This record gives sequence, structure tokens and C-alpha cells, in this order.
Amino acid sequence: MHEMGIAQSVIDMAIGEAERKNARAVLRVSLAIGELSGVDTESLRFCFECLKKDTLLDNATLEIDYRRRRHQCPSCLREFEVANHDSSCPHCLCQETQFLGGDELELSQLELEVA
Amino acid sequence: MNPPVMEKVAQKILSENDRIAATLRAVFLERKILCVNLISSPGSGKTLLLEKTLEAFPKTERVAVLTGDIQTDNDARRLARYGFPVRQITTAGACHLDARMVEKALADWDLASIDTLFIENVGNLVCPTAYDLGEEAKIVLLSVTEGEDKPLKYPGIFFKADLALFTKIDLLPWVPFHLDEAHANACRIHPGIEMIDLSATTGQGMDAWMQWLAQRQAKRQSASA
Repeated sequence: MHEMGIAQSVIDMAIGEAERKNARAVLRVSLAIGELSGVDTESLRFCFECLKKDTLLDNATLEIDYRRRRHQCPSCLREFEVANHDSSCPHCLCQETQFLGGDELELSQLELEVA
Repeated sequence: MNPPVMEKVAQKILSENDRIAATLRAVFLERKILCVNLISSPGSGKTLLLEKTLEAFPKTERVAVLTGDIQTDNDARRLARYGFPVRQITTAGACHLDARMVEKALADWDLASIDTLFIENVGNLVCPTAYDLGEEAKIVLLSVTEGEDKPLKYPGIFFKADLALFTKIDLLPWVPFHLDEAHANACRIHPGIEMIDLSATTGQGMDAWMQWLAQRQAKRQSASA
């Protein structure tokens, strides 16, 4: 439900960055969205498409790198994606593992058309 | 025409909200204010819990409440009866509170006279998760009239909350809710999450909740800015 606000923030940030670089247009927007971020990526795409019209992002495509929850095992040091909400280590079965990521809500990269 | 330029940004999308939240957090720390952010579905019992909590505090306690709703100031009116400062934030459509709304609502309050600040978020398990309000802890409520699998369906908030309150346990004899399963699901998403079962209606479990607040308050008072 808050994806409209998130999409607007993304567009504002992209326009700000494009203006700083004197770009004529934004061609691509790359985001990193974690599964724990509380953002629905389909809804975000829809909002982005609605809001980009008549801005520097008119022709921009949206690329979303959807990140699963990732943990690291303190015993065997291996990193793994948490499947089925089970954060115990799939390699050595250690129960208590360290959160590494999966709550991202980040504008990672822009592709700009410069004059 | 020049080839497109790739520009690395690596910036949080809600960085403006996070900036204001960080300012609020610094103020709370400096003023030794314990701020907690209550999040749940609509109808999980946030307002009743707050009513009973305010009722349990001695009148000399320095407690205040910000309560968020999409429409109406009904909750503020309910909560104002206990003699503590209460302010309604009406979001007019927004499904969550953000840091700017909290900053604005607190602007003309004398923060020197507050030790505990409760923020009752808009009833919603998804959107409030993304917005830091500068709180010391997020607290999630799950009532026994909902599903035991809510933690699995809404992992974001259960992951970010320090404490899960399982509410309306007085209804357990009449609803097919398995408390153990709900606890296990919360622990799967957030190993080590603190959990309290309570009923604001009968008072069962309220002692544990008040104790949790007192412990966090003691920790806040001893922390230095």
C-alpha cells in the first residue's frame, strides 16, 4: 500500500541525481529490494510506471534485484539463503546464525543519458 | 550521441525518513525518553492495551502517546481519559506513520516532561515496517483471533520487532488458535524475539508487559547520550 510513496521517492532521487549530472534522461533505474523490506515489487513496478510519465524517467526501465534473506553460520562460516523461514545452517545444522541481509530498500544504480 | 553513463548511487530509498528518524532517536536518547512503536493489524488490540497500560501507570509517571489513524480522532479521545498527554496523528489516507509526522506532532511538546512515549501506528502489518520513527523498539501485536501463521506471512515486522505481544488470550477457549504454533512461527522468523501472552481485558499477562517496559525504561535511564 505504501509502494506509491516508495516509487515517488525513487523517482525524486533519480531526478535529483540526473540533474546533478546534467543528464537529459534516466534510462534505467536499478533497485535492491529485500524480502523483509515489506515492499511488494509488482505493486512498486505498477506505481513506478504511473509516476514516471512526463519526467526525466519517461523512457526509464525499472530493474529490481530481489534479495532473499541471507545468513552466515558462526561455526562453519558459510553463507546461505534462508529457505522456508528456517535460519539454522543447512551445512552444519548450527541453530543460531547471523543475519547478513534481506531487508534492503535501496537505489543501487542509474543509467543516464548525457548530452 | 554520447553512450549512456552508469551511475552508482547505493542510497537508501527512504533516506530522508531515516535522516529525520535518526534526529528523533538522538533527541530521545539525550532526553532519556523510552519510545516504543506499536504495530499490528487493525483490531489486534493496540488501543485497548494502551488504555490498560495508561490505567496501570501511577498518575505521577511521565507518559505520553501519539496515536496514528487514517481517519478520526476516536483513539486519542479514548486514550485522553487517563490524564496523560495524547495526540492524534490523522494520516488522511497514508497506511503508516513516518518520521516527519512524528517530528511534527512532537514539535510543540515539552519533551523534558516525558519519560515514556508510546506511538500507536496505523493498523497495518506491512507498511509501518519500512518506516523508522526513531523508536527504541518496535513491538508487534498478534491477537488470537488472527492466524498462527501471521509471522510467516508478514516476516518483515516480526523480524524487526524486539517484542511480540500475543493479545486477547482470554478468547483462547473459544477460538481455534494454537499459541505454541504462533510462538514457534515468530521464533522461526526472529530467533530470540521476546514474547508475552496477555489479555488487556482480564489483565492476564499485563504484569509481564509492565515489567518489560520498566526494564527498558531502566536501561534507557542508565544509557548515556
